[in-house]
Amino acid sequence: MKSLAGILLAGLLLAGCAATPGTPRPVTRQGPVHETTLANGLKVIVKEDHRAPVVVSQVWYKVGGSYEYDGLTGISHVLEHMMFKGTPNHPPGQFSRIIAEHGGRENAFTAQDYTAYFQQLEKSRLPIAFELEADRMRHLSLDPGEAAKELQVVMEERRLRTDDNPQALTWEQFSATAWQVSPYRHPIIGWMNDIEHLNADDLRRWYQTWYAPNNATLVVVGDVEPQEVFALAERHYGPLQPSTISPAKPRIEPPQRGERRIVVKAPAELPYLIMGYKVPSLKTADEDWKPYALEVLGGVLDGSRSARLERELVRGSQIAASVSTGYSLTARLGDLFTVGGTPAQGHDAAALEHALKAQIERFKTQPVSADELARIKAQVTASKVYELDSVFYQAMQIGVMETVGLDWRLLDEYPQRIAAVTPEQIMAVAREFLIEDNLTVAVLDPQPLDGAAPRSLGGGGMLRH
Amino acid sequence: MKLITQKALIVITLCWSGVAAALPQIEHWQTANGARVYFVAAHELPMVDVQVVFDAGSARDTVPGVASLTARLLMEGAGDLDANAIAERFDALGARVSSNAGRDNASVSLRSLTDPALLQPALETLAQVLRAPAFPAAAFERERSRVLMALRAQEQNPGALADRAFYRALYGTHPYAQPPLGTMESVKALTRDDVAGHYHRHFVARNAIVVIVGDLPRNAAQAVAETLAGQLPAGNAPAPLPEVEGVNADTVHVAHPSSQTHILVGQPVLHRGDADYFALYVGNHILGGSGLVSRISDEVREKRGLAYSAYSYFLPMRKAGPFQLGAQTKNESAAEALAIMRATLQRYRDAGPTAEELVAAKKNITGGFPLNIDSNSDIAGYLAMIAFYRLPLDYLDRFIEQVNAVTAEQIRDAFRRRVDPERLVTVTVGNGK
Repeated sequence: MKSLAGILLAGLLLAGCAATPGTPRPVTRQGPVHETTLANGLKVIVKEDHRAPVVVSQVWYKVGGSYEYDGLTGISHVLEHMMFKGTPNHPPGQFSRIIAEHGGRENAFTAQDYTAYFQQLEKSRLPIAFELEADRMRHLSLDPGEAAKELQVVMEERRLRTDDNPQALTWEQFSATAWQVSPYRHPIIGWMNDIEHLNADDLRRWYQTWYAPNNATLVVVGDVEPQEVFALAERHYGPLQPSTISPAKPRIEPPQRGERRIVVKAPAELPYLIMGYKVPSLKTADEDWKPYALEVLGGVLDGSRSARLERELVRGSQIAASVSTGYSLTARLGDLFTVGGTPAQGHDAAALEHALKAQIERFKTQPVSADELARIKAQVTASKVYELDSVFYQAMQIGVMETVGLDWRLLDEYPQRIAAVTPEQIMAVAREFLIEDNLTVAVLDPQPLDGAAPRSLGGGGMLRH
Repeated sequence: MKLITQKALIVITLCWSGVAAALPQIEHWQTANGARVYFVAAHELPMVDVQVVFDAGSARDTVPGVASLTARLLMEGAGDLDANAIAERFDALGARVSSNAGRDNASVSLRSLTDPALLQPALETLAQVLRAPAFPAAAFERERSRVLMALRAQEQNPGALADRAFYRALYGTHPYAQPPLGTMESVKALTRDDVAGHYHRHFVARNAIVVIVGDLPRNAAQAVAETLAGQLPAGNAPAPLPEVEGVNADTVHVAHPSSQTHILVGQPVLHRGDADYFALYVGNHILGGSGLVSRISDEVREKRGLAYSAYSYFLPMRKAGPFQLGAQTKNESAAEALAIMRATLQRYRDAGPTAEELVAAKKNITGGFPLNIDSNSDIAGYLAMIAFYRLPLDYLDRFIEQVNAVTAEQIRDAFRRRVDPERLVTVTVGNGK
């Protein structure tokens, strides 16, 4: 049902914008999710959630750590910081002040496969978010003085997150070893030396290359009317010109031809172990049941307190003080299935590795039990409801899918795809991928903390601004 | 401050900026054995969040670390169920359970779908955990060992070391000085009897609050509370905590081989329900509580690039909780950053906020208020806080009005009376020597 405000807004749009294309854009819809694409290529996805009078607006750019190359690592993340440093219309810091005065919360994050900017607002304030976001999509100032200061901030962030954190250092070294060619080998925050040598010209080129409406997705979730949001998006983003986006050269990781092992020495108290196997994601799998089978395998190991690692390695044999797994269905360029943790008192990393390998081997010879699969299915079913308690999380899910090149409709299929995974399929992916030749192992070897010289160095996951 | 002891229904709808932000309707009653229950119906999603909160945090430790270890051990066995059976039950129901202890309180949380076939068994299992935890000896040894590992892990974490030193310096002999995890010495000395004693003393109905937010009718919520708390012994709430004494302007440095120095500056100030709460809350929002637009962040990060994170906050607790300014910067810049933080605080304390800053802060806080109550989990968190600290049940209803009523002069006056620059503790961790 169109609201009065929506009709008025549409009227204003037609009266005021000579450049507005006359033909309405086609809109597709599935349940509460509505999608359209502007003439300049900006995809706009709106999901209705009328529980509370709030809205989240997220702009997702198809650029991140995995688009970078040697000498320029960390630039996507620095650019994310610079997006708050002003345009000709709005001096540095004003963006944040305006959103704050509108009662909004804002931030941004950079990951390997995307950079995203968001505002959470009372629902009537959506227009200001669109106005400011559209302004900085194409008109960022990138002042050299501001860039020099912000590079200092990013260096402090690197020190905080990585340099002074021995486990994070281990992850960084692990990724750089497991991946030899894939851009996933670079840390999202960048190597310190690269950060130190970035300048405003580099940032300008990166911005002009990747920040364009046709390289972005606008995701809006909340108490909104989709047609109104589309009209508002047309008004603010429609006038922006698209760019020609030249795809980055593909840097396909060659098949791994044997186990890799490294030791990382850093001031620390406790040892730490990371194991990772090369595996496909939804984007790279030759058959799409395989990533879901890996997902379920991960759940059997580490989905919850009744999962095998907690039950058998933490509570049972007490070889692990803490242990967990990692895998991302949505990684753009394939992924690593990781298992890692801290050995318990009286055990070392080698013992933990031995126990974890035994767990992995078991998948190759023993079918997963019906009880275990049923528990995972129950958790996935319940999660589908729990997710709806967060407007922000619903937007994140859509944004990630679209930005890595997957269809957001797959989100609705997730419970059925998980439920369809069979014990035979789990055994098959374990035998195909969780093998020694695909494996990289990193061990943190703790160095003395007291009396050591101070570290002066010239996340996995994502960095928040 | 009203103390609601009987059934009460509070319904207020607030109109703001022409948009009706529907405030949670809080229903409140007590179980027969004395547990206070707080319920907000939310029918849009077929799920429920339940929290059972006890005045059983580390401030009640007989031995440092016992509250935290008790929280860890609750799920390790109850009645005829061992840890695996408990975990399998909850997981098979799609339920999420957790158990935590901070300084002021300990809580057990459950998130479940409201389908009775799932919710009822989840509640019964949780009830069994709450009324008959077994604290098996083997689990006690194992979890104690994991706590010792966690304490060792803190040695490689300069932020954790700073936090630990900060509370020690602020609180001296007050229970708040003790780290919730305990210390290496105290945890090694803990016994299973300490844990059982803590549980029996504090996990009782008169010391319990049950918070329920979700898709249930009133009578079903009553049944939830009855199931979880109805079979606990009535017991008694513990005696009030001691008052916090004044603090000296101590400087504590912990050498650490990190490339950054972590800086914390502060003193005990604010308890929940304090008359100065809103003046200090709004005042701090401008000083260091509003992210990049705040004064501390502007001076330390935006203008000088000295830190990624620079902030200030008041943490209101049962007794005077900390006021804290914090930042992390490369070792070579530590002195400069600390000087700027102190000068920024001093300037703010002397002159207070500008009129423009105050207007902007109020707009941010009140304009963003709908975001504070837009999810079941947010509402459950508020409810637990309001109930535990015995704030008036119209706290949320009056929040915007109380923020808007704060004046610049009130902020200046409150900071002058409550923040004493001669008695600020300074903690630095880093600059490894």
